[in-house]
Amino acid sequence: MLRFDGISKRFGGLHVLQDVGFTVPEGGIFGLIGPNGAGKTTAFNLVTGLLRPTAGSITFAGRDLGTVAPHRITELGIARTFQNIRVFKEMTLLENVMVGMHDHLDYGFAGLLTRSRGFRAAEADARARAHELLGWFRLDAKAKQLADSLSYGEQRKLEFARALATKPKLLLLDEPVAGMNPSEKTELMDEIVQINQRGFSIFMIEHDMRFVMSLCHRIAVLNFGRIIAEGTPDAIKNDPQVIEAYLGKEEA
Amino acid sequence: MATLMPLLEWFDSFWSTYNTVVFSIGVNAMLALSIYLTLSCGLLSLANAAFMGIGAYAASLVSMHTGLPFGVALLLSGVLPALVALVIGIPTLRLSGVYLAMATLGFGEVVRVIILNLEFTGGPMGINGIPQKTEFWHILLLLGATLYILARLRRSKVGRAFEAIKEDDIAARLMGIDVAGHKLLAFVLGAVIAGVAGGLNAHYTFTIGPGNYAFENAVDILTMAVFGGTGNLIGPTIGATILTLLPEVLRNFKDFRLAVNGLILVLVILYLPKGIWDPRRIRSFWQRRRSARASRMKGVSDAAL
Repeated sequence: MLRFDGISKRFGGLHVLQDVGFTVPEGGIFGLIGPNGAGKTTAFNLVTGLLRPTAGSITFAGRDLGTVAPHRITELGIARTFQNIRVFKEMTLLENVMVGMHDHLDYGFAGLLTRSRGFRAAEADARARAHELLGWFRLDAKAKQLADSLSYGEQRKLEFARALATKPKLLLLDEPVAGMNPSEKTELMDEIVQINQRGFSIFMIEHDMRFVMSLCHRIAVLNFGRIIAEGTPDAIKNDPQVIEAYLGKEEA
Repeated sequence: MATLMPLLEWFDSFWSTYNTVVFSIGVNAMLALSIYLTLSCGLLSLANAAFMGIGAYAASLVSMHTGLPFGVALLLSGVLPALVALVIGIPTLRLSGVYLAMATLGFGEVVRVIILNLEFTGGPMGINGIPQKTEFWHILLLLGATLYILARLRRSKVGRAFEAIKEDDIAARLMGIDVAGHKLLAFVLGAVIAGVAGGLNAHYTFTIGPGNYAFENAVDILTMAVFGGTGNLIGPTIGATILTLLPEVLRNFKDFRLAVNGLILVLVILYLPKGIWDPRRIRSFWQRRRSARASRMKGVSDAAL
Protein backbone atom coordinates (compact mmCIF):
# COMPACT_ATOMS: atom_id res chain seq x y z
CA MET A 1 0.00 0.00 0.00
CA LEU A 2 2.73 2.45 1.03
CA ARG A 3 6.20 1.80 -0.30
CA PHE A 4 9.54 3.38 0.59
CA ASP A 5 12.07 2.84 -2.17
CA GLY A 6 15.71 3.76 -1.65
CA ILE A 7 14.75 6.78 0.46
CA SER A 8 17.55 9.01 1.74
CA LYS A 9 17.20 12.25 3.63
CA ARG A 10 20.07 14.57 4.45
CA PHE A 11 19.97 17.71 6.54
CA GLY A 12 23.23 19.36 5.50
CA GLY A 13 25.91 16.82 6.40
CA LEU A 14 23.58 14.80 8.61
CA HIS A 15 22.33 11.59 6.99
CA VAL A 16 19.03 10.99 8.79
CA LEU A 17 17.80 8.26 6.46
CA GLN A 18 19.96 6.18 4.14
CA ASP A 19 18.59 3.95 1.41
CA VAL A 20 15.49 3.05 3.39
CA GLY A 21 13.10 0.60 1.76
CA PHE A 22 10.05 -1.20 3.15
CA THR A 23 6.42 -1.78 2.29
CA VAL A 24 3.44 -1.16 4.54
CA PRO A 25 0.90 -3.84 3.61
CA GLU A 26 -2.80 -3.05 3.24
CA GLY A 27 -5.14 -3.93 6.08
CA GLY A 28 -2.66 -4.61 8.85
CA ILE A 29 -0.84 -2.80 11.60
CA PHE A 30 2.73 -2.04 10.60
CA GLY A 31 5.28 -0.76 13.09
CA LEU A 32 8.46 1.20 12.54
CA ILE A 33 10.65 1.08 15.61
CA GLY A 34 14.13 2.19 16.49
CA PRO A 35 16.09 4.02 19.16
CA ASN A 36 15.80 7.77 19.69
CA GLY A 37 17.07 9.77 16.74
CA ALA A 38 16.93 6.83 14.35
CA GLY A 39 14.89 8.88 11.86
CA LYS A 40 11.36 7.59 12.52
CA THR A 41 9.54 10.92 12.64
CA THR A 42 11.50 12.07 9.59
CA ALA A 43 10.06 9.06 7.76
CA PHE A 44 6.54 10.23 8.69
CA ASN A 45 7.25 13.79 7.64
CA LEU A 46 8.37 12.47 4.27
CA VAL A 47 5.13 10.52 3.81
CA THR A 48 2.93 13.49 4.67
CA GLY A 49 4.87 15.86 2.41
CA LEU A 50 6.17 18.11 5.19
CA LEU A 51 9.68 17.14 4.06
CA ARG A 52 10.93 15.96 0.68
CA PRO A 53 13.39 13.06 0.28
CA THR A 54 16.93 13.78 -0.92
CA ALA A 55 16.80 10.59 -2.98
CA GLY A 56 14.40 7.73 -3.61
CA SER A 57 10.65 7.61 -3.93
CA ILE A 58 7.58 7.00 -1.81
CA THR A 59 4.55 5.55 -3.51
CA PHE A 60 1.06 5.27 -2.06
CA ALA A 61 -1.49 3.04 -3.79
CA GLY A 62 0.72 3.08 -6.87
CA ARG A 63 1.09 6.86 -6.92
CA ASP A 64 4.39 8.68 -6.47
CA LEU A 65 4.07 11.22 -3.64
CA GLY A 66 7.22 13.07 -4.79
CA THR A 67 5.76 16.53 -5.43
CA VAL A 68 2.24 16.21 -4.02
CA ALA A 69 1.33 19.02 -1.58
CA PRO A 70 0.60 17.95 2.02
CA HIS A 71 -3.12 18.74 1.87
CA ARG A 72 -3.41 16.71 -1.36
CA ILE A 73 -1.69 13.77 0.31
CA THR A 74 -4.43 13.88 2.94
CA GLU A 75 -6.99 13.85 0.13
CA LEU A 76 -5.32 10.77 -1.35
CA GLY A 77 -6.09 8.95 1.88
CA ILE A 78 -3.27 9.36 4.40
CA ALA A 79 -3.96 10.89 7.81
CA ARG A 80 -1.73 11.18 10.83
CA THR A 81 -1.51 11.97 14.52
CA PHE A 82 1.41 13.73 16.15
CA GLN A 83 3.91 12.69 18.78
CA ASN A 84 3.26 15.93 20.68
CA ILE A 85 -0.53 16.08 20.47
CA ARG A 86 -1.76 18.81 18.13
CA VAL A 87 -5.50 19.13 18.62
CA PHE A 88 -7.09 22.56 18.07
CA LYS A 89 -7.36 23.46 21.74
CA GLU A 90 -9.61 26.50 21.46
CA MET A 91 -12.16 24.64 19.35
CA THR A 92 -14.80 22.21 20.58
CA LEU A 93 -14.38 18.48 20.09
CA LEU A 94 -17.10 18.56 17.45
CA GLU A 95 -15.38 21.37 15.54
CA ASN A 96 -12.04 19.56 15.75
CA VAL A 97 -13.50 16.50 14.06
CA MET A 98 -15.41 18.61 11.52
CA VAL A 99 -12.15 20.29 10.47
CA GLY A 100 -11.02 16.82 9.41
CA MET A 101 -14.01 16.61 7.05
CA HIS A 102 -13.00 19.75 5.18
CA ASP A 103 -12.33 18.00 1.86
CA HIS A 104 -15.55 16.06 1.96
CA LEU A 105 -17.82 19.09 2.32
CA ASP A 106 -18.28 20.04 -1.29
CA TYR A 107 -20.57 23.05 -1.11
CA GLY A 108 -19.30 26.19 -2.82
CA PHE A 109 -19.17 29.81 -1.82
CA ALA A 110 -22.66 30.52 -3.15
CA GLY A 111 -24.15 27.63 -1.22
CA LEU A 112 -22.48 28.78 1.95
CA LEU A 113 -23.71 32.39 1.61
CA THR A 114 -27.29 31.49 0.77
CA ARG A 115 -27.48 28.56 3.18
CA SER A 116 -28.64 26.43 0.25
CA ARG A 117 -30.26 23.07 0.81
CA GLY A 118 -27.02 21.37 -0.25
CA PHE A 119 -25.06 23.38 2.32
CA ARG A 120 -27.42 22.58 5.16
CA ALA A 121 -27.53 18.89 4.26
CA ALA A 122 -23.73 18.65 4.03
CA GLU A 123 -23.24 20.42 7.37
CA ALA A 124 -25.89 18.30 9.10
CA ASP A 125 -24.28 15.15 7.70
CA ALA A 126 -20.84 16.25 8.84
CA ARG A 127 -22.12 17.00 12.31
CA ALA A 128 -23.83 13.62 12.57
CA ARG A 129 -20.72 11.85 11.37
CA ALA A 130 -18.52 13.82 13.76
CA HIS A 131 -20.77 12.72 16.64
CA GLU A 132 -20.48 9.15 15.42
CA LEU A 133 -16.68 9.33 15.27
CA LEU A 134 -16.53 10.86 18.76
CA GLY A 135 -18.81 8.03 19.86
CA TRP A 136 -16.27 5.47 18.65
CA PHE A 137 -13.90 6.86 21.26
CA ARG A 138 -16.58 7.50 23.91
CA LEU A 139 -16.04 11.25 23.68
CA ASP A 140 -19.49 12.12 22.36
CA ALA A 141 -20.75 13.35 25.72
CA LYS A 142 -18.06 16.03 25.65
CA ALA A 143 -18.70 17.11 22.03
CA LYS A 144 -19.47 20.73 22.99
CA GLN A 145 -16.47 21.17 25.30
CA LEU A 146 -13.21 22.78 24.28
CA ALA A 147 -10.48 20.31 23.40
CA ASP A 148 -8.28 22.04 25.96
CA SER A 149 -10.41 20.64 28.77
CA LEU A 150 -9.61 17.01 27.89
CA SER A 151 -7.05 14.83 29.64
CA TYR A 152 -3.93 13.82 27.75
CA GLY A 153 -5.29 10.38 26.89
CA GLU A 154 -8.59 11.83 25.70
CA GLN A 155 -6.80 14.39 23.53
CA ARG A 156 -5.01 11.51 21.83
CA LYS A 157 -8.36 9.83 21.16
CA LEU A 158 -9.69 13.10 19.78
CA GLU A 159 -6.71 13.17 17.45
CA PHE A 160 -7.65 9.66 16.28
CA ALA A 161 -11.24 10.77 15.64
CA ARG A 162 -10.10 13.88 13.79
CA ALA A 163 -7.68 11.89 11.63
CA LEU A 164 -10.39 9.33 10.80
CA ALA A 165 -12.71 12.18 9.76
CA THR A 166 -10.52 12.72 6.70
CA LYS A 167 -11.61 9.22 5.55
CA PRO A 168 -8.07 7.87 5.30
CA LYS A 169 -7.09 4.53 3.83
CA LEU A 170 -3.90 4.60 5.87
CA LEU A 171 -3.55 6.07 9.33
CA LEU A 172 -0.10 7.11 10.57
CA LEU A 173 0.34 7.14 14.35
CA ASP A 174 3.42 8.93 15.66
CA GLU A 175 4.23 7.44 19.08
CA PRO A 176 0.57 7.15 20.12
CA VAL A 177 1.33 6.18 23.73
CA ALA A 178 4.18 8.60 24.41
CA GLY A 179 3.61 10.14 27.84
CA MET A 180 0.55 7.97 28.64
CA ASN A 181 0.07 6.13 31.92
CA PRO A 182 -0.34 2.31 31.89
CA SER A 183 -4.16 2.34 31.97
CA GLU A 184 -4.29 4.91 29.15
CA LYS A 185 -1.87 2.71 27.19
CA THR A 186 -4.10 -0.34 27.52
CA GLU A 187 -7.13 1.70 26.48
CA LEU A 188 -5.35 3.13 23.45
CA MET A 189 -4.19 -0.34 22.44
CA ASP A 190 -7.82 -1.46 22.32
CA GLU A 191 -8.78 1.63 20.35
CA ILE A 192 -6.05 1.01 17.77
CA VAL A 193 -7.08 -2.64 17.33
CA GLN A 194 -10.68 -1.49 16.85
CA ILE A 195 -9.71 1.16 14.30
CA ASN A 196 -7.81 -1.50 12.40
CA GLN A 197 -10.79 -3.87 12.56
CA ARG A 198 -12.98 -1.17 11.06
CA GLY A 199 -10.85 -1.49 7.94
CA PHE A 200 -8.21 1.23 8.33
CA SER A 201 -4.61 0.20 7.66
CA ILE A 202 -2.25 1.47 10.33
CA PHE A 203 1.39 2.47 10.17
CA MET A 204 2.83 3.43 13.54
CA ILE A 205 6.06 4.61 15.05
CA GLU A 206 6.58 3.60 18.64
CA HIS A 207 9.14 3.42 21.38
CA ASP A 208 7.30 1.18 23.78
CA MET A 209 8.46 -2.31 22.81
CA ARG A 210 5.79 -4.28 24.63
CA PHE A 211 3.14 -2.12 22.99
CA VAL A 212 4.56 -2.59 19.50
CA MET A 213 5.21 -6.32 19.86
CA SER A 214 1.67 -7.10 20.98
CA LEU A 215 -0.02 -4.81 18.46
CA CYS A 216 1.84 -4.95 15.16
CA HIS A 217 1.55 -7.62 12.51
CA ARG A 218 4.82 -6.63 10.89
CA ILE A 219 7.70 -4.50 12.11
CA ALA A 220 10.65 -2.73 10.51
CA VAL A 221 13.58 -1.65 12.66
CA LEU A 222 15.44 1.56 11.94
CA ASN A 223 18.87 2.26 13.42
CA PHE A 224 21.09 5.21 12.52
CA GLY A 225 19.00 5.88 9.42
CA ARG A 226 19.12 2.34 8.04
CA ILE A 227 16.64 -0.52 8.12
CA ILE A 228 18.38 -3.32 10.00
CA ALA A 229 15.52 -5.82 10.16
CA GLU A 230 11.98 -6.39 8.97
CA GLY A 231 9.58 -9.17 9.83
CA THR A 232 6.99 -10.49 12.27
CA PRO A 233 7.24 -9.48 15.95
CA ASP A 234 8.66 -12.89 16.85
CA ALA A 235 11.37 -12.71 14.21
CA ILE A 236 12.25 -9.16 15.30
CA LYS A 237 12.42 -10.14 18.95
CA ASN A 238 15.08 -12.75 18.21
CA ASP A 239 17.07 -10.83 15.61
CA PRO A 240 20.65 -10.43 16.87
CA GLN A 241 21.10 -7.04 15.14
CA VAL A 242 17.96 -5.65 16.79
CA ILE A 243 19.01 -6.90 20.19
CA GLU A 244 22.37 -5.26 19.66
CA ALA A 245 20.80 -1.96 18.62
CA TYR A 246 18.57 -1.87 21.67
CA LEU A 247 20.71 -3.50 24.34
CA GLY A 248 24.25 -3.02 23.07
CA LYS A 249 26.81 -5.63 22.06
CA GLU A 250 27.96 -8.28 24.46
CA GLU A 251 31.65 -7.96 25.28
CA ALA A 252 33.60 -11.01 24.18
CA MET B 1 -48.18 65.23 16.20
CA ALA B 2 -47.39 68.37 18.14
CA THR B 3 -45.42 66.41 20.70
CA LEU B 4 -43.35 64.89 17.94
CA MET B 5 -42.18 68.21 16.54
CA PRO B 6 -39.54 69.04 19.17
CA LEU B 7 -38.21 65.53 18.86
CA LEU B 8 -37.87 65.86 15.11
CA GLU B 9 -36.22 69.24 15.48
CA TRP B 10 -33.82 67.84 18.02
CA PHE B 11 -33.03 64.96 15.70
CA ASP B 12 -32.42 67.32 12.78
CA SER B 13 -29.91 69.37 14.70
CA PHE B 14 -28.31 66.27 16.16
CA TRP B 15 -27.97 64.69 12.75
CA SER B 16 -26.49 67.77 11.10
CA THR B 17 -23.87 67.98 13.84
CA TYR B 18 -23.11 64.33 14.29
CA ASN B 19 -23.84 62.57 11.01
CA THR B 20 -20.13 62.36 10.22
CA VAL B 21 -19.54 60.63 13.55
CA VAL B 22 -22.29 58.11 12.81
CA PHE B 23 -20.88 57.54 9.32
CA SER B 24 -17.42 57.07 10.78
CA ILE B 25 -18.69 54.44 13.20
CA GLY B 26 -19.98 52.40 10.28
CA VAL B 27 -16.83 52.82 8.20
CA ASN B 28 -14.56 52.08 11.14
CA ALA B 29 -16.59 48.99 11.99
CA MET B 30 -15.99 47.74 8.46
CA LEU B 31 -12.27 48.45 8.81
CA ALA B 32 -12.09 46.65 12.16
CA LEU B 33 -13.94 43.69 10.61
CA SER B 34 -11.50 43.66 7.69
CA ILE B 35 -8.56 43.16 10.04
CA TYR B 36 -10.58 40.75 12.18
CA LEU B 37 -10.80 38.53 9.09
CA THR B 38 -7.04 38.20 8.65
CA LEU B 39 -6.54 37.86 12.41
CA SER B 40 -9.09 35.04 12.49
CA CYS B 41 -6.77 33.18 10.14
CA GLY B 42 -3.76 33.87 12.36
CA LEU B 43 -2.32 36.59 10.13
CA LEU B 44 -1.13 39.86 11.62
CA SER B 45 -1.48 41.97 8.49
CA LEU B 46 -1.25 45.76 8.75
CA ALA B 47 -1.97 46.46 5.09
CA ASN B 48 -5.62 47.38 5.59
CA ALA B 49 -5.06 51.14 5.84
CA ALA B 50 -3.28 50.99 2.49
CA PHE B 51 -6.13 48.96 0.96
CA MET B 52 -8.54 51.54 2.35
CA GLY B 53 -6.50 54.24 0.63
CA ILE B 54 -6.43 52.41 -2.69
CA GLY B 55 -10.20 52.00 -2.50
CA ALA B 56 -10.72 55.64 -1.51
CA TYR B 57 -8.57 57.00 -4.35
CA ALA B 58 -10.07 54.65 -6.92
CA ALA B 59 -13.64 55.59 -6.01
CA SER B 60 -12.90 59.33 -5.73
CA LEU B 61 -11.17 59.48 -9.11
CA VAL B 62 -14.10 57.70 -10.74
CA SER B 63 -16.56 60.14 -9.16
CA MET B 64 -14.47 63.20 -10.03
CA HIS B 65 -13.53 62.39 -13.60
CA THR B 66 -16.29 60.20 -14.99
CA GLY B 67 -20.04 60.36 -15.00
CA LEU B 68 -20.33 56.82 -13.73
CA PRO B 69 -22.74 56.17 -10.88
CA PHE B 70 -21.68 55.83 -7.25
CA GLY B 71 -22.26 52.07 -7.37
CA VAL B 72 -19.56 51.67 -10.01
CA ALA B 73 -17.13 53.78 -7.98
CA LEU B 74 -17.76 51.62 -4.90
CA LEU B 75 -17.39 48.44 -6.93
CA LEU B 76 -14.01 49.61 -8.13
CA SER B 77 -13.02 50.55 -4.57
CA GLY B 78 -13.43 46.85 -3.75
CA VAL B 79 -12.00 45.32 -6.92
CA LEU B 80 -8.77 47.30 -7.15
CA PRO B 81 -7.55 46.51 -3.59
CA ALA B 82 -8.49 42.86 -4.21
CA LEU B 83 -6.24 42.71 -7.25
CA VAL B 84 -3.38 44.39 -5.39
CA ALA B 85 -3.90 42.02 -2.43
CA LEU B 86 -3.75 39.05 -4.77
CA VAL B 87 -0.43 40.18 -6.21
CA ILE B 88 1.29 41.04 -2.94
CA GLY B 89 -0.40 38.28 -0.92
CA ILE B 90 1.10 35.36 -2.83
CA PRO B 91 4.72 36.15 -1.86
CA THR B 92 4.17 37.80 1.55
CA LEU B 93 1.70 35.37 3.12
CA ARG B 94 4.48 32.80 3.43
CA LEU B 95 5.72 34.98 6.28
CA SER B 96 4.27 34.60 9.72
CA GLY B 97 3.92 36.58 12.91
CA VAL B 98 5.83 39.80 13.23
CA TYR B 99 7.58 39.31 9.87
CA LEU B 100 4.27 39.53 8.06
CA ALA B 101 3.39 42.62 10.08
CA MET B 102 6.66 44.24 8.98
CA ALA B 103 6.19 43.29 5.33
CA THR B 104 2.63 44.62 5.24
CA LEU B 105 3.64 47.83 7.00
CA GLY B 106 6.34 48.23 4.37
CA PHE B 107 3.74 47.72 1.68
CA GLY B 108 1.57 50.41 3.28
CA GLU B 109 4.47 52.83 3.21
CA VAL B 110 5.14 52.04 -0.45
CA VAL B 111 1.50 52.76 -1.31
CA ARG B 112 1.64 56.05 0.60
CA VAL B 113 4.81 57.18 -1.17
CA ILE B 114 3.42 56.22 -4.58
CA ILE B 115 0.22 58.18 -3.95
CA LEU B 116 2.31 61.09 -2.69
CA ASN B 117 4.34 61.25 -5.90
CA LEU B 118 1.79 60.54 -8.58
CA GLU B 119 0.30 63.33 -10.64
CA PHE B 120 -3.29 62.16 -10.98
CA THR B 121 -3.68 61.47 -7.23
CA GLY B 122 -3.00 65.11 -6.47
CA GLY B 123 0.33 64.34 -4.74
CA PRO B 124 0.67 65.70 -1.21
CA MET B 125 -2.40 67.92 -1.70
CA GLY B 126 -4.63 64.89 -2.16
CA ILE B 127 -8.03 65.16 -3.78
CA ASN B 128 -10.44 67.91 -2.83
CA GLY B 129 -14.08 68.45 -3.61
CA ILE B 130 -15.15 64.83 -3.76
CA PRO B 131 -18.93 64.82 -4.25
CA GLN B 132 -20.86 63.92 -1.08
CA LYS B 133 -22.59 60.78 -2.28
CA THR B 134 -22.47 58.55 0.78
CA GLU B 135 -25.79 58.27 2.52
CA PHE B 136 -26.65 56.61 5.79
CA TRP B 137 -28.33 53.64 4.15
CA HIS B 138 -25.28 52.94 1.97
CA ILE B 139 -23.19 52.45 5.08
CA LEU B 140 -25.88 50.49 6.86
CA LEU B 141 -26.32 48.21 3.85
CA LEU B 142 -22.62 47.55 3.26
CA LEU B 143 -21.82 47.08 6.95
CA GLY B 144 -24.79 44.71 7.15
CA ALA B 145 -23.57 42.80 4.09
CA THR B 146 -20.07 42.56 5.59
CA LEU B 147 -21.43 41.22 8.87
CA TYR B 148 -23.69 38.78 7.05
CA ILE B 149 -20.95 37.39 4.83
CA LEU B 150 -18.48 37.06 7.68
CA ALA B 151 -21.11 35.38 9.87
CA ARG B 152 -21.89 32.86 7.13
CA LEU B 153 -18.19 32.16 6.65
CA ARG B 154 -17.74 31.56 10.38
CA ARG B 155 -20.44 28.90 10.41
CA SER B 156 -19.00 26.91 7.52
CA LYS B 157 -16.00 24.83 6.62
CA VAL B 158 -14.16 28.03 5.65
CA GLY B 159 -14.53 29.52 9.13
CA ARG B 160 -13.44 26.28 10.75
CA ALA B 161 -10.45 26.13 8.39
CA PHE B 162 -9.47 29.72 9.35
CA GLU B 163 -9.62 28.87 13.02
CA ALA B 164 -7.70 25.64 12.56
CA ILE B 165 -4.99 27.51 10.63
CA LYS B 166 -4.79 30.11 13.39
CA GLU B 167 -4.31 27.44 16.05
CA ASP B 168 -1.88 25.14 14.26
CA ASP B 169 -1.26 25.51 10.56
CA ILE B 170 0.70 22.28 10.20
CA ALA B 171 -2.08 20.22 11.76
CA ALA B 172 -4.58 22.13 9.59
CA ARG B 173 -2.61 21.33 6.45
CA LEU B 174 -2.57 17.64 7.33
CA MET B 175 -6.35 17.72 7.76
CA GLY B 176 -6.52 18.43 4.04
CA ILE B 177 -6.85 22.21 4.24
CA ASP B 178 -5.19 24.30 1.56
CA VAL B 179 -3.53 26.65 4.05
CA ALA B 180 -1.98 29.05 1.51
CA GLY B 181 -5.28 29.32 -0.38
CA HIS B 182 -7.30 30.10 2.74
CA LYS B 183 -4.80 32.68 3.95
CA LEU B 184 -4.98 34.37 0.56
CA LEU B 185 -8.78 34.30 0.70
CA ALA B 186 -8.80 36.03 4.10
CA PHE B 187 -6.26 38.59 2.92
CA VAL B 188 -8.08 39.45 -0.33
CA LEU B 189 -11.53 39.56 1.27
CA GLY B 190 -10.12 41.80 4.00
CA ALA B 191 -8.73 44.08 1.29
CA VAL B 192 -12.15 44.28 -0.38
CA ILE B 193 -13.88 45.27 2.86
CA ALA B 194 -11.22 47.87 3.72
CA GLY B 195 -11.32 49.24 0.16
CA VAL B 196 -15.09 49.67 0.12
CA ALA B 197 -14.88 51.32 3.55
CA GLY B 198 -12.35 53.73 2.00
CA GLY B 199 -14.67 54.44 -0.93
CA LEU B 200 -17.57 55.22 1.40
CA ASN B 201 -15.36 57.34 3.64
CA ALA B 202 -14.03 59.47 0.77
CA HIS B 203 -17.57 60.35 -0.34
CA TYR B 204 -18.51 62.06 2.89
CA THR B 205 -15.24 63.64 3.99
CA PHE B 206 -14.97 65.84 0.89
CA THR B 207 -11.18 65.58 0.88
CA ILE B 208 -8.59 62.80 1.09
CA GLY B 209 -4.80 62.80 1.17
CA PRO B 210 -1.90 60.35 1.35
CA GLY B 211 -1.52 60.99 5.10
CA ASN B 212 -4.98 59.51 5.81
CA TYR B 213 -3.83 55.98 5.05
CA ALA B 214 -0.47 55.78 6.78
CA PHE B 215 1.09 53.93 9.71
CA GLU B 216 -1.10 55.52 12.43
CA ASN B 217 -4.24 54.54 10.57
CA ALA B 218 -3.05 50.95 10.23
CA VAL B 219 -2.46 50.87 13.97
CA ASP B 220 -5.83 52.54 14.67
CA ILE B 221 -7.62 49.83 12.72
CA LEU B 222 -5.79 47.10 14.60
CA THR B 223 -6.51 48.82 17.91
CA MET B 224 -10.26 48.96 17.26
CA ALA B 225 -10.38 45.24 16.54
CA VAL B 226 -8.18 44.22 19.47
CA PHE B 227 -9.98 46.59 21.87
CA GLY B 228 -13.35 45.09 20.98
CA GLY B 229 -12.15 41.51 20.85
CA THR B 230 -11.25 39.42 17.83
CA GLY B 231 -12.94 36.17 18.82
CA ASN B 232 -16.22 37.09 17.14
CA LEU B 233 -17.90 39.69 14.91
CA ILE B 234 -19.48 41.74 17.70
CA GLY B 235 -16.09 42.58 19.22
CA PRO B 236 -14.62 44.57 16.30
CA THR B 237 -17.97 46.33 15.74
CA ILE B 238 -18.22 47.43 19.38
CA GLY B 239 -14.52 48.32 19.47
CA ALA B 240 -14.89 50.56 16.41
CA THR B 241 -18.00 52.19 17.88
CA ILE B 242 -16.42 52.97 21.24
CA LEU B 243 -13.09 54.16 19.88
CA THR B 244 -14.85 56.40 17.35
CA LEU B 245 -17.04 57.94 20.05
CA LEU B 246 -14.34 58.17 22.70
CA PRO B 247 -12.53 61.23 21.27
CA GLU B 248 -15.92 63.00 21.03
CA VAL B 249 -16.86 62.12 24.58
CA LEU B 250 -13.42 63.12 25.84
CA ARG B 251 -13.67 66.61 24.38
CA ASN B 252 -13.80 68.04 27.89
CA PHE B 253 -10.31 66.77 28.59
CA LYS B 254 -9.05 69.08 25.84
CA ASP B 255 -5.27 68.77 25.69
CA PHE B 256 -5.29 65.48 27.60
CA ARG B 257 -7.65 63.87 25.16
CA LEU B 258 -5.07 61.68 23.45
CA ALA B 259 -3.46 60.74 26.74
CA VAL B 260 -6.80 59.63 28.23
CA ASN B 261 -7.56 57.76 25.03
CA GLY B 262 -4.24 55.94 25.32
CA LEU B 263 -4.76 55.20 29.01
CA ILE B 264 -8.11 53.54 28.33
CA LEU B 265 -6.49 51.39 25.66
CA VAL B 266 -3.68 50.31 27.95
CA LEU B 267 -6.11 49.42 30.73
CA VAL B 268 -8.31 47.33 28.44
CA ILE B 269 -5.36 45.49 26.94
CA LEU B 270 -3.88 44.81 30.38
CA TYR B 271 -7.05 43.64 32.09
CA LEU B 272 -9.15 42.32 29.19
CA PRO B 273 -6.61 40.71 26.89
CA LYS B 274 -9.35 39.18 24.75
CA GLY B 275 -11.06 42.55 24.27
CA ILE B 276 -14.13 43.97 25.92
CA TRP B 277 -16.49 41.59 24.10
CA ASP B 278 -15.35 38.20 25.32
CA PRO B 279 -18.49 36.03 25.57
CA ARG B 280 -16.84 33.39 27.72
CA ARG B 281 -15.70 35.94 30.29
CA ILE B 282 -19.07 37.68 30.28
CA ARG B 283 -20.90 34.39 30.79
CA SER B 284 -18.67 33.31 33.67
CA PHE B 285 -19.05 36.77 35.25
CA TRP B 286 -22.86 36.41 35.31
CA GLN B 287 -22.62 32.85 36.54
CA ARG B 288 -20.42 33.95 39.40
CA ARG B 289 -22.84 36.73 40.31
CA ARG B 290 -25.80 34.37 40.19
CA SER B 291 -24.11 31.76 42.37
CA ALA B 292 -22.97 34.46 44.79
CA ARG B 293 -26.55 35.69 45.09
CA ALA B 294 -27.83 32.13 45.47
CA SER B 295 -25.42 31.43 48.32
CA ARG B 296 -26.36 34.73 49.98
CA MET B 297 -30.05 33.79 49.76
CA LYS B 298 -29.23 30.42 51.20
CA GLY B 299 -27.41 32.11 54.07
CA VAL B 300 -30.50 34.19 54.77
CA SER B 301 -32.86 31.22 54.77
CA ASP B 302 -30.46 29.22 56.95
CA ALA B 303 -30.38 32.08 59.46
CA ALA B 304 -34.18 32.20 59.48
CA LEU B 305 -34.36 28.57 60.46
